[in-house]
Amino acid sequence: MSQSTEPNLPEEDVPESVTRRKTLISFGVFALAAAGSTGLYKYIADSKNAMGVKRPLRLVMNENEAIAKTYFSNAHLVPTFDPKQAARPARVNGYEGIKKPVADDWQLQVDRPNAEPLLLSMDAIKALPKHEITYEFKCIEGWSQKQHWAGARLSDFLAAYKLGTRSGNAPNPDQPDDLFRHVGMETPDKGYYVGIDIESALHPQTLLAYENNGQPINAQHGAPLRLIIPVKYGVKNLKRIGRIFFSDERPRDFWAERGYDYYVGL
Amino acid sequence: MKRIVHKHPLAIRWFHWINFPVVFVMIWSGLLIYWAYDPYKIQIGDYVLLSFFPDSFYKALKVPFRLAEGMAWHWVFMWVFILNGILYVAYTFISGEWRHLVPDRNSFREAGQVVLYDLGLSKTQPPFVKYNGAQKIAYFTVMLMGIGSVLTGFAIYKPVQIAWLTTVLGGYEAARLEHFVLTVGFVLFFFVHVIQVARAGWHNFQSMITGFEVVKPTDPERPVNQPVTPAPTSDPLSPTQPALS
Repeated sequence: MSQSTEPNLPEEDVPESVTRRKTLISFGVFALAAAGSTGLYKYIADSKNAMGVKRPLRLVMNENEAIAKTYFSNAHLVPTFDPKQAARPARVNGYEGIKKPVADDWQLQVDRPNAEPLLLSMDAIKALPKHEITYEFKCIEGWSQKQHWAGARLSDFLAAYKLGTRSGNAPNPDQPDDLFRHVGMETPDKGYYVGIDIESALHPQTLLAYENNGQPINAQHGAPLRLIIPVKYGVKNLKRIGRIFFSDERPRDFWAERGYDYYVGL
Repeated sequence: MKRIVHKHPLAIRWFHWINFPVVFVMIWSGLLIYWAYDPYKIQIGDYVLLSFFPDSFYKALKVPFRLAEGMAWHWVFMWVFILNGILYVAYTFISGEWRHLVPDRNSFREAGQVVLYDLGLSKTQPPFVKYNGAQKIAYFTVMLMGIGSVLTGFAIYKPVQIAWLTTVLGGYEAARLEHFVLTVGFVLFFFVHVIQVARAGWHNFQSMITGFEVVKPTDPERPVNQPVTPAPTSDPLSPTQPALS
């Protein structure tokens, strides 16, 4: 029987004045709590915006980034699939920064502290070891799709050209203080731009991609070179990279300026 | 003199009433997020029985084009939901309240009788202490659903860092669907809960605020199955102690 384990509720005989007082206090506290939560809502709703979203919410989202970084690891990999499962063609979902045709003389510009900017051709990227990945690309809108990309690891690129560090040496995991905290990327027309924390940039599955489904990526996907970063939502996977730079401050970010979380780490 | 029964410990009342607006914010902001990619529907063959959701529904609730706003609220208030939920579960188990809540093998038979009684198909209500069998099943299930929402939520929030969880739940797309289905479950629970609380009447409702209910000696709605237990000598709001002896 259920009654054998379930104790009876405690009962008590009290004067009516006591029940009346208890009821009054309880409803008073209840009303105060209701007013308090309404006040909290009003406080948030009436706050000024910080980059397109209410400031208190932005502050907590920034704290969420700090929390997420405590368990972020290069050993945590996005699940991968057989390239045969990849969507053909991969879905296209945005044209910011690539509305005009790419210039014939496209070059990748990489800004460096205390040095002239690097200007590189596609051959320089293709000279690096090529990596392929078929994974579920995840859009911030909620849809996802298995896609097959290939390119050079961003970490290999930074190592080969000694980028992302204050010292001008190749990034060294043993010297995290030598790293700039963010990588910024933008399209040649500066119409689209993203900022990425250095840890996510150095993740082994983050690629400077130049192939989709075994073919050079097309104009809509950001030819000739785009970012594929599986540890982020699609919004950070900048197409047609024009310029790369490094900074400790967060580089400006197209969708973060429009109210989205800056980090959007998966 | 009045005889009162101490029904809901103070902590439980706080957890309950904090949870109410927080879950509301989570469901509302979740809807703002879901709008941006809203493929779910119930269909038989080619006939769409129910679409989640029709445009008129979105328009009436001013949902469209508020994805960023929805994500912001969702990713802030999730912490309140999680913290309140952990404290609730911990309290329920440490205080012994779980003895009133967790269904046992009798609860399912009892729940059937309760449903018949509520539908007017049976004249007698099975005796119960705090919650009847149907309530135990409903309240315990909704607690499990809360845990499910947190797990499926994290599976789609961090599908790379916690990839094992996403995989266990059937993958990214499956976890998103599960998260959605659980939310529909919360909404259904809410409607049934409000209707049943309204039916149970003011005395029952106010006990979720005051903690106690005045006992009427002959209440057909609340058959007492055992003689009165002695009044607690200490703080009357302290949690119910399990009577193991």
